[in-house]
Amino acid sequence: MSFISYLINGISLGSVYAIIALGYTMVYGIAKMLNFAHGDVIMVGGYVVLTIVTGMGLSPMVGILAAVVACTVLGVVIERVAYKPLRNAASSLAVLITAIGVSYLLQNVALLIFGADTKSFTSVVSVPAVVLAGGALTISGETIVTILACIVIMVGLTLFINKSKAGQAMLAVSEDKGAAQLMGINVNGTIALTFAIGSALAAVASVLLCSAYPSLTPYTGAMPGIKAFVAAVFGGIGSIPGAMIGGILLGVIEILGKAYISSQMADAIVFAVLIVVLLVKPTGILGKQVQEKV
Amino acid sequence: MKTKKINMNKTTKSNLITYGLVIVAFAVMQVLMATGNVSSLMKGLLVPLCTYAILAVSLNLVVGILGELSLGHAGFMCVGAFSSAFFSKCMVDVIPVSGLRFFLAILVGAGVAAVFGILIGIPVLRLKGDYLAIVTLAFGEIIKNLINVFFIGKDSKGFHFSMKDAMSLHMEADGQVIVNGPQGITGTPNDSTFLIGIILLLITLFIVLNLIHSRAGRAIMSIRDNRIAAESVGINITKYKMMAFTISASLAGVAGVLYAHNLATLSAQPKNFGYNMSIMILVYVVLGGIGNIRGSMIAAVILTLLPELLRFLSDYRMLIYAIVLIAMMLFNWSPKSLELRERYSPKRLLKARREAKEGK
Repeated sequence: MSFISYLINGISLGSVYAIIALGYTMVYGIAKMLNFAHGDVIMVGGYVVLTIVTGMGLSPMVGILAAVVACTVLGVVIERVAYKPLRNAASSLAVLITAIGVSYLLQNVALLIFGADTKSFTSVVSVPAVVLAGGALTISGETIVTILACIVIMVGLTLFINKSKAGQAMLAVSEDKGAAQLMGINVNGTIALTFAIGSALAAVASVLLCSAYPSLTPYTGAMPGIKAFVAAVFGGIGSIPGAMIGGILLGVIEILGKAYISSQMADAIVFAVLIVVLLVKPTGILGKQVQEKV
Repeated sequence: MKTKKINMNKTTKSNLITYGLVIVAFAVMQVLMATGNVSSLMKGLLVPLCTYAILAVSLNLVVGILGELSLGHAGFMCVGAFSSAFFSKCMVDVIPVSGLRFFLAILVGAGVAAVFGILIGIPVLRLKGDYLAIVTLAFGEIIKNLINVFFIGKDSKGFHFSMKDAMSLHMEADGQVIVNGPQGITGTPNDSTFLIGIILLLITLFIVLNLIHSRAGRAIMSIRDNRIAAESVGINITKYKMMAFTISASLAGVAGVLYAHNLATLSAQPKNFGYNMSIMILVYVVLGGIGNIRGSMIAAVILTLLPELLRFLSDYRMLIYAIVLIAMMLFNWSPKSLELRERYSPKRLLKARREAKEGK
């Protein structure tokens, strides 16, 4: 029974990684950049919920909505101010370093406003825990909500990308920016929309993450951010189902590694599995193998 | 100077400027220290400055010259630091001469880091681009994570090793724990000095600059510029990639040695050996100019000093640091800013004025 309970916990943690990884992978697919500040957007979302729900005493739904709005605006502003001027820069590393700068900036702004001490986060999920198998298996409300949210987001996003006009535009821009522009697609608008969706997902992830692990510091977002990035690469960066599979696998490996091998080495195990996967499949599980033409 | 015309080509001159800069900086610091104008804070920063400069130069070899993005540089530094600190700690009684011991420690650190460079390089260099970046990041994190569960002790029976805790080493009563998991290594002899740091930096520069301007260096750069073309003219891609990667790793190991012997307690934390550190080194490289060895050295010095110089801003200093970083990146790399700088550059304006005069 404990194995099943670890597995469910792993899927739950993995669902959070998957939601964050979706943001990474969409931005990578369209802007060809690693958005290192993505993890810190999560942290900002967490503080917004904390301020509104714990600080002002408003209902959790208002808090979640406010976090989504705040993160979306933040994501678009970051893209506009810090990344857009560097889109055609000579080196793709330039925008990577700028993203790191943005990440420092967000962390330090949070540090100045909220201080370095750990804030305890009251779970905003009010779903009761489910007890199965005569009390041997308890699934917490947070876990259920997280997994459900992940499924809803996955289905919604797939429908949006494949059925809506804006989603099709995203696919077109990620395939060939120049050709998309010639077809009359607003490339800048599409990229901004991608950042908006990615950041909104980060806000959702922040609520789920902070509900499951109820502590918040200015550096909360950094490690889940890196893990989600690993998950995105794991599944094949740029691929939306890949991010989902990568995220869930990563969560399961992490929790099982923690439970059965060593809690201190859980991170090392996660990274080691990533290395093995990439050595066998150099573009990730669902990544496309791009043929090189001479 | 007029009587003797020195004939030097451009690269030699540029290299001499780089070495000269380091020596002048060293001399200036010595004079300032002799006259007592250096705060104790600044004195404490001298060895770290050399460490970061070495790291920046060595990473530039991979990022700038080989053209591969590595996010695991701190891992090699970590390996060098721990292997050399372990060596020094064991050898404190055997080799009492600190100079000789430190020299050997440097060789140990560089050697072990080079071995790790080869071991990691073999699988990693098969990958490309962002995949290579994430795998190097993963290796760096694994190294940091593993060091935190290592326990090594020494007693009359020899070495004991465990990955659980200090108790499970099962040592004799006279046993001494050398590597104590998350607490790391305590009591490494403080052998690092500013002079040694500067010498190591000069040696690093010498190795890297000579490599770049050698046959091997040109081969490495040809891989960066066009891998397929390089391969088709018979350049052994794997060999030269491994060469650059291993040399870079071993130099990072040297920086680790310098770092370890400057601290009383060496422990692997996310702050000093995690991906944050690797990214920090990458920031030096990119800000200083990808492939520009002198630039990355200067950027490392400025960016290490900046938070200290901004100390009067207390809580706001890291905020200002982040903003400066973003602003510098936009200023240096944005096509729009480059265009504006080109248009209003003093050189161009002077030239335009001269042409206008001549036209009259």
